[in-house]
Amino acid sequence: MTGLYGGTGLHLAVALEGVGWHPAAWRAPDARPADLFTARYWADLAREAERGLLDFVTIEDALTPRPSGRLQGGLDAVLVAARLAPVTGHIGLVPTTDVTHTEPFHVSIGVASLDFASYGRAGWRPRVSAGVREAGHFGRRRASAAAPPGRIASDADLNAEAADAVEVVRRLWDSWQDDAEIRDASTGRFLDRDRLHYIDFEGPYFDVRGPSITPRPPQGQPVVTVLADSPPAYEFAARGADVVYLTPDSRAGTGAAVSRVRAAEAAAGRGGEPLRVFADLLVFIDDRPGAAAVRKARLDELDGAGPASAVEVFTGTAAELADLLEERLDAGLTGFRLRPGVLPHDLTGITRRLVPELQRRGAFRTAYRETTLRARLGLSRPEGRYSAPAAATTGGGS
Amino acid sequence: MPVRQVHLAAHFPGVNNTTVWSDPASGSQIDFASFVHLARTAERGKFDFFFLAEGLRLREMKGRIHDLDVAGRPESLTVLSALAAVTTRLGLAATVNSTFNEPYEVAGRLATLDHLSAGRAAWNVVTSYDAFTGENFRRGGFLAEADRYTRAAEFLQTARELWDSWSDDGGAEGEFAHSGRHFDIAGRFGTPRGPQGHPVIIQAGDSAEGREFAASDADVIFSRHGAPAAGRAFYADVKRRLPRYGRHPDELKIFPAVTYVLGDTEEDAAERAADIRRAQVGPETAIAYLEGVWGRDLSAYDPDGPLPDVEPDLDEGVSKGRAQFRGDRGETVRRWRTLAADRGLSIRELVIEATGRQTFVGTPRSVADRIDEFVQTGVADGFIFVPHLTPGGLDDLVDHVVPLLQEKGVFRSDYTGTTLRDHLGLGPPRGAVRRAHAEAVS
Repeated sequence: MTGLYGGTGLHLAVALEGVGWHPAAWRAPDARPADLFTARYWADLAREAERGLLDFVTIEDALTPRPSGRLQGGLDAVLVAARLAPVTGHIGLVPTTDVTHTEPFHVSIGVASLDFASYGRAGWRPRVSAGVREAGHFGRRRASAAAPPGRIASDADLNAEAADAVEVVRRLWDSWQDDAEIRDASTGRFLDRDRLHYIDFEGPYFDVRGPSITPRPPQGQPVVTVLADSPPAYEFAARGADVVYLTPDSRAGTGAAVSRVRAAEAAAGRGGEPLRVFADLLVFIDDRPGAAAVRKARLDELDGAGPASAVEVFTGTAAELADLLEERLDAGLTGFRLRPGVLPHDLTGITRRLVPELQRRGAFRTAYRETTLRARLGLSRPEGRYSAPAAATTGGGS
Repeated sequence: MPVRQVHLAAHFPGVNNTTVWSDPASGSQIDFASFVHLARTAERGKFDFFFLAEGLRLREMKGRIHDLDVAGRPESLTVLSALAAVTTRLGLAATVNSTFNEPYEVAGRLATLDHLSAGRAAWNVVTSYDAFTGENFRRGGFLAEADRYTRAAEFLQTARELWDSWSDDGGAEGEFAHSGRHFDIAGRFGTPRGPQGHPVIIQAGDSAEGREFAASDADVIFSRHGAPAAGRAFYADVKRRLPRYGRHPDELKIFPAVTYVLGDTEEDAAERAADIRRAQVGPETAIAYLEGVWGRDLSAYDPDGPLPDVEPDLDEGVSKGRAQFRGDRGETVRRWRTLAADRGLSIRELVIEATGRQTFVGTPRSVADRIDEFVQTGVADGFIFVPHLTPGGLDDLVDHVVPLLQEKGVFRSDYTGTTLRDHLGLGPPRGAVRRAHAEAVS
């Protein structure tokens, strides 16, 4: 991708998770485990990311305490994102929610409300909760006959259900036309009910009638992002997402993963905007060559293991990381989602070391220009699916 | 007898005809700036809390979406979490339905709001059972009407168990198991205990079951009875129920929903109140209101003419998603006919007269005096004010009435604590104790 920032340009997001992505992050010297459940902790991180002009932050969530080190438990990600909205002014806010047990209707109004509170900076990462343990927290679903051990259904089924949830959420966002509120004193009508739409979604997993109780959010459609970590997840992303996160482990792997994304888009018959493709990278950044690797090794030792996820780990200096990002970008990526190994250390490594290095190379913005997250990612504000006259017959109009 | 302190709360203007949208001063009901203005005004007035209602399906009349009233609201917990960033002491009360939610998620979200607001979260536990709302959810209309309070009570009990699954010192970490009629769940709860331990629990139902639920397990009851006689009867009835649950009457605060209109003189206030009532009940709204009670199409009737002579249809009804038409409609029709005949009222005049009259109308001085009097004489512990305008509807109250209450020594001149439990004078939650009682009575 060229021309974004006067040269090759890339987009950068940061994934916030607890005290960092390394399971022993809480034992790092500048970690703030005691503050993890305070608003100030999250506000400091988000403001730091915004200081670095990053595109957006993602906020993790799961329906079970995270099995990482001593620290267990977390906060509801949509509410954390909402708490950050008034204390930031530009950065995108992308919370994770479950879509396996959680009601699509609740998710839809929650993310729409985040978009209102942030004036158009909301995104969302729908997450499949496959485990029987999570299902036990709800007590409403038993494992299906075809489910692998410890899981409630096949990966394919769970991703198909997640795609239906995204479809419902998106229809609900569109279920109020932008001009549904008319305040027409002459007829006493606040709403034009012809501009409100039943979504009448019917699927194998659930039916949802609509319309939403929340008007169409500022972006029309907040940015939907999906982590593609399995073949069904690629299909899920191709069907319903705007942004996909990949977890390749090399330059060649990156190219192959991007090709799989494009193939999944073609197979899904995706029209409109192509997926924005971000590669995930777990990063440890220090100024002195070799220092980051030593730091990570020490954490691995404290933990007894190390990061368990499939995401590629980078250790090194900001210049080395900038080299790697520029090289990988050519494989067809939009940008990267960096997962700091330790917070706040590796976040400030990104914002105060990596970003200035990329700016020197003309590869990253020097100021925020766009006001909404969609615009920052080059996505236009879409016309609502029920707005065009022709759509009235397909959308189950009121 | 010592002077009782007044408590004050603010309700974001609702989605019914009492919220006037035709006034030039009426702003957006969905722009975040409107929420910020109202919340900051309430905090400037040292209010106990700011309250958001919820409705999980747009209301319908005669099978079509009701289009006369303000509609379009955010998800309450999300907007309250954002408001936690622009306020520092104000309690933040979310209405969250116990029918179309699950305890694990709701308990986690409320604990999160309590953390992110440093101890200011409250939960108004509401119920619904209708298949109409259920059409927006996975299970549809699964719950029988008779079970809505048994589910709500077990929902709250389960949420308390989840909050108690973490200890304040971080020792116990979330192990839980609950097996009951409505919920059979086990595992690990994901969110540590919030600063308040448990958020403040609000209950709003008016039925005998609702009152009993509030007496057994709520901290605040949000009532409809702001008029002196009805308020005193309600207050006495609810407070009388507390000792049965081992609770002191002061452990449940009674907040009637009230409205107000101020003027320079009593006459000026009365005139303004009448103008607001006419704006709240336009010709179309008068007919729609009547249709809600009559249960049939009355669009052919003249709002400035007499009441319909046709009999009401008491079976089906035309209004969905709206609580106020669920009473005894036959009795209401009889009462309204008598009132209209005695006073020679048209349809619109009747609806204006019979519904939603303002609670406090007068000069700032007389309104402050009556608020104080009501609290000293057992009508209420405090009031939740429902403004008729967004976002400026509390400005007058905070600028002109609150200072008089402060002068009288019956309302705080500043916050003395940091949490909502502090503002309400509630002690730490007694989760384990309450659970023991709940088990004893179930």
